[in-house]
Amino acid sequence: MAFYRAHVLVDTGTPAVLKGALAVKSALIEELKRRGLDKEIKVVETGDLGLHNAGCGVVIYPEGVTYANVTTDFVPLIVEEHLLKGRPVEKLLYKEDQPSVVTAAESPRCNEMRVILKNIGVIDPNSIDEYIAHGGYEGLVKALTTMTPDQVINEVKASQLKGRGGAGFPTGLKWEFTAKAAGSDKAIVCNADEGEPGNFKDRLILEGDPHQIIEGMVIAAYAVGANEGYIYIRGEYHQSVEHTEKALKAAREMGFLGKNILDTGLDFDISIFKGAGAYICGEETALLESLEGKRGESRMKPPFPPTYGLRGMPTVVNNVETFAAIPHILAKGAEWYCSIGTGQSKGTKIFSPCGDVLYPGVYEVPFGITLREIIYNMAGGIKSGKDLKAVLMGGPSGVMVGKDALDRKLCAEDLNPGAGALIVLDEDKCIVDLMQNIAQFFYHESCGQCTPCREGCKRMLEVFNWWTAGAGSEDDIALLEQLATTMSLTSKCGLGQFAGVAFKSSLPLFMDEYRAHLKDKVCPTGVCSMDKVLEEVK
Amino acid sequence: MAEVNVKINGQDIKAQSGQTILEVARAAGIYIPTLCYHSDLMPDGVCRICAVEVKGQRTLCTACCYPVSDGMEVQTHTPKVREARRMIVELMLANHPQECLTCAKNQKCELQKLAKELGIQDVRFKGERRVYDRDLTSPSVIRDPEKCILCGRCVRVCDDIQSVAALNPVNRGWNTLIVPGMCDDLADVVCVNCGQCINRCPTGALKGNDPAPAIWEAIHDPKKHVIVQTAPAVRASIGEEFGLPPGTRVTGKMVTALKMLGFDRVMDTDFTADLTIMEEGSELIQRITEGGALPQLTSCSPGWIKFIEYYFPDLLPNVSSCKSPQQMFGALAKTYYAQKMGIDPADIVSVSIMPCTAKKFECERPEMTSSGYKDVDYVLTTREAAGMMKEAGIDLPNLPDSEYDDPFGVTTGAAVIFGNTGGVMEAALRTAYELVTGQKLDEVNIQAVRGMEGVREASVQVGDITVKAAVAHGLANARKVLEGIRDGRFKDYHFIEIMCCPGGCIGGGGQPQPTSEEIRKARIKAIYEEDETMKIRKSHENPAVLKLYEEFLEKPLSHKSHELLHTHYTARDRKTARKTADKPVKVKVEKS
Amino acid sequence: MASCESKSCADCEAVVTRICDSYGSCRGSLIPILHDIQREMGYISSDAMEIVAERLGVTSAQVHSTATFYTLFYTKPQGKNIVRLCDSPPCHIEGSRAVREAISKELGISEGETTEDMNFTFEVVSCMGLCGVAPAIMVNDDVYGNVTPESVAGILNKYREAK
Repeated sequence: MAFYRAHVLVDTGTPAVLKGALAVKSALIEELKRRGLDKEIKVVETGDLGLHNAGCGVVIYPEGVTYANVTTDFVPLIVEEHLLKGRPVEKLLYKEDQPSVVTAAESPRCNEMRVILKNIGVIDPNSIDEYIAHGGYEGLVKALTTMTPDQVINEVKASQLKGRGGAGFPTGLKWEFTAKAAGSDKAIVCNADEGEPGNFKDRLILEGDPHQIIEGMVIAAYAVGANEGYIYIRGEYHQSVEHTEKALKAAREMGFLGKNILDTGLDFDISIFKGAGAYICGEETALLESLEGKRGESRMKPPFPPTYGLRGMPTVVNNVETFAAIPHILAKGAEWYCSIGTGQSKGTKIFSPCGDVLYPGVYEVPFGITLREIIYNMAGGIKSGKDLKAVLMGGPSGVMVGKDALDRKLCAEDLNPGAGALIVLDEDKCIVDLMQNIAQFFYHESCGQCTPCREGCKRMLEVFNWWTAGAGSEDDIALLEQLATTMSLTSKCGLGQFAGVAFKSSLPLFMDEYRAHLKDKVCPTGVCSMDKVLEEVK
Repeated sequence: MAEVNVKINGQDIKAQSGQTILEVARAAGIYIPTLCYHSDLMPDGVCRICAVEVKGQRTLCTACCYPVSDGMEVQTHTPKVREARRMIVELMLANHPQECLTCAKNQKCELQKLAKELGIQDVRFKGERRVYDRDLTSPSVIRDPEKCILCGRCVRVCDDIQSVAALNPVNRGWNTLIVPGMCDDLADVVCVNCGQCINRCPTGALKGNDPAPAIWEAIHDPKKHVIVQTAPAVRASIGEEFGLPPGTRVTGKMVTALKMLGFDRVMDTDFTADLTIMEEGSELIQRITEGGALPQLTSCSPGWIKFIEYYFPDLLPNVSSCKSPQQMFGALAKTYYAQKMGIDPADIVSVSIMPCTAKKFECERPEMTSSGYKDVDYVLTTREAAGMMKEAGIDLPNLPDSEYDDPFGVTTGAAVIFGNTGGVMEAALRTAYELVTGQKLDEVNIQAVRGMEGVREASVQVGDITVKAAVAHGLANARKVLEGIRDGRFKDYHFIEIMCCPGGCIGGGGQPQPTSEEIRKARIKAIYEEDETMKIRKSHENPAVLKLYEEFLEKPLSHKSHELLHTHYTARDRKTARKTADKPVKVKVEKS
Repeated sequence: MASCESKSCADCEAVVTRICDSYGSCRGSLIPILHDIQREMGYISSDAMEIVAERLGVTSAQVHSTATFYTLFYTKPQGKNIVRLCDSPPCHIEGSRAVREAISKELGISEGETTEDMNFTFEVVSCMGLCGVAPAIMVNDDVYGNVTPESVAGILNKYREAK
């Protein structure tokens, strides 16, 4: 391995690419060559730094300095001043009061704790060597060579890790059920169908540090006795597929996948399966149906996947973030993991504040942090400078909370964060318009199997269409509430069960706004065009 | 299976682990309403009507698929449950045509029944209703997608029980629709016309193609001589349409009712069933002794014939060349009968009453014109015949008995058992045994071929030959047998009876609804009882059949027999089904 | 439902057969096969579905039933460039409605439609995981974030010139 005196990491996550990151990277390589520095200084692509409003980010090691909004014009300056003369360019530096990859420990206002995200922005995701150099595959080696499968399961149970996809089922218990289930053929499936609006953490992990997932899945395979693995990545995530494919290839070459892994007799390999545009396939049984080449229609539960999963085999289905946590738990121990977080929510959680915040992005923090800390201290507060009106917790299938919830803690005991999305609305946004938009989403994504969801999502949308057009009445509220309740009690899967949750939770918070629309026929924020005549209005 | 203790509505019940709440409740006589659930099919849990409260569960659980466990406490009719059920039905009704009064399923519709049961007086959702055209292309099944509640029963029966999978859901969410093929018309896809889908449909979304108007017209046309034949299965089932319990035999009453309707002659398909045994039995003996494709496969089930034409055309040589009893009857009606009665066959309108919807397709087949005319003009299903009777104000259960008319009214017990799975086999064996050995068969009831298992096998000693026989009912089972012929498993068998429908004809697509294994068993029992009461139990002893040979056909497999009573089949390409429409062929024939 | 139009049927058969050859013959291969056909032929014709059905031992109706469930699969020819605008909550509250109007105006079509010259199809889709740069659009595999009504023309013009 050649020795470089400095590494220049260019954020080539999707958002940065939009801002010209690839051109910046080329320009850097060119300039270094021109200056004869290309043998001492290496330019590397790295994953999404999460600096979504800071354009193309460049991090230079060993100093750990981060530049933001870098364009090709600035490249000669950076090379000249920083890399040749050793003087960081002040005016381009990432601001101090913003969370930074490298100043996490130093910033007093930032409580980020990057465990799963620790490599992102630090390593080249396409390099297994760098992953290993940063402690990668340690957990795997420890698990497979020093622990029995049962011990691995017990460690995961002891860590109290819960699923990170939103449902929060204890992971160790899930693995235990699968290990104990009858049948010699078992499977491990990673749910990377991230479709819940507001969530983009899994994309970042797969683009920026895919080996974590592979490591987590192999550990799971060892623990339950599985030979087949799949990563179900949504079809729109092209870069995630690309990086993960490269990582799988590298892992196979290193012997972490394939036959007789680390001489333990474990045969296990992973294939990527691309989704085809269906949010419902994020539901674990619908995902399994899709893997089997069928319509993504969720199954009856029980039986659950640990007993009857892919093609009837006992199957572990876990979220990307869940698998990503596993190597760390195995490497550093369950006790360490339990020392982070709260009583019922151990470890770290990746949140993705978006919407009306100044710095939408992903932030990894211990459970127990308050909503205010994430929104204001990390995501920069409301970008318009106005008041916060509401937050949709977890996405459109989550609960809505108002300003008064800002000091509540994000954990199972207090404010359940779901998958981690925090869609933030400022005072200029209309709640009724948002509800119509949420209803539109569920109407489009319902698989259509079961009556309450298929028909209910349509009727909810119709009612909101009327409300936003000035054609509703107050009586509709009770009807819609009852519909939401029926859907939550009788729908076959989580989509229908949670489709009405945002509406129900918004009622006590924004009843005045609903009344204004329905009784006074006025939209207080002016978002809804209340005089529109809809064809469907009877 | 471990025993578990559960409580439903406060009642302690012992159950087996692995049972669903619905199974346990029904066994204990506790009622839980259902809609998409059907006892013949794997539960899917999509309508959500059977939702019940299970202590400790966050959501309501659907009884049809939720397994019981020890200590489970279930409440089936709490206010929470009732409110949810009502809302679900309201949602269904909001997307349903409001035309109960003119719907074919009026008073027989399961959605209607549920709405009444739940006391729904208002549908609070007043939005869009999906609008679709009806599909009138198939001679057997009419589709009305607007009335579909997406229960999926038709999809499940066509796929799991018939292994045809003609109907499938397309699109997603609110736009989901159950369609034939790739959004084609039913006549343009691989569909065997069996009507099992109609039998399972809870609403009027699927129904038979009812020719009653044309038949009324013919009956009231003084120039037309309208004759009717009744299939074996009908006499043990039509009573259900009048509220009689399944398995009530109403043969004589049915004949009276048909006479009251105004048919000029009421005769019995059983007659030509006996004839079929003569022809097919002779064919089998000929193949065994002189060589021919074995095993011989029966050919009286048109849904089954269409199935083998599509899926196993290489095995068509194995199929008996005999027409079905219906079609034999039709050919004879416009030749032998017409001559005997001195009636111009052009004035004869030949109607059959069948438990089957594929018969509607069969009578339209181009080959079925041996008489020089369309041999059978119209096919009424059991349901449709009952419909005509009701329209005429006929109270079937309280009618006196009548006898069938000659010359096709004398029949045997062997013929009537054609209605059951295994019946054709048994009838054939009763005759084959006596004709080959020359000895009398002591025990006429051949239990070995009776029963409900999907594929049954028997070895029967007939003289020197050990006849290896098999019986299959339902096309998924037929498929297994045919694959077994291809791969050698059934290669050394002599005779295999295949019925398209579960239970045989008594389970046909034209039979009264509902259907279940229990109901089919009751009908089967009635048919065997009818057999026991018949004076003559073997086809070759039917004097009218013997007279027919003497006067007209000469002998089994004669030239005339071949001309009128035998047929050929058409290999069908599944891929081009979409392009070559299987639409009903208007038969225009010159008088020969 | 369209049978092969843009290519000759022999071509279609060759392409689909080649694709099927590279996968196993179990139903689990269906969606990856459909992805590949979609990518190479622009849509999945009924003829293609018949071939796939034969190879996987299912009916063409079952292939069709599966294909029509997923929004990334098309059973009719689409425009050369597919413009997908996200209108899920994060993009919606950040102004996707105005972008939608701008796209419609620029292309002269409404959502769900294709331009007459078959160059663009415009769809409004669910969340694409680009919430950090809302509102976002994708044109084919290319991603655009922080889109404004003013930037729409510039983005779409790239695909006009590329034609």
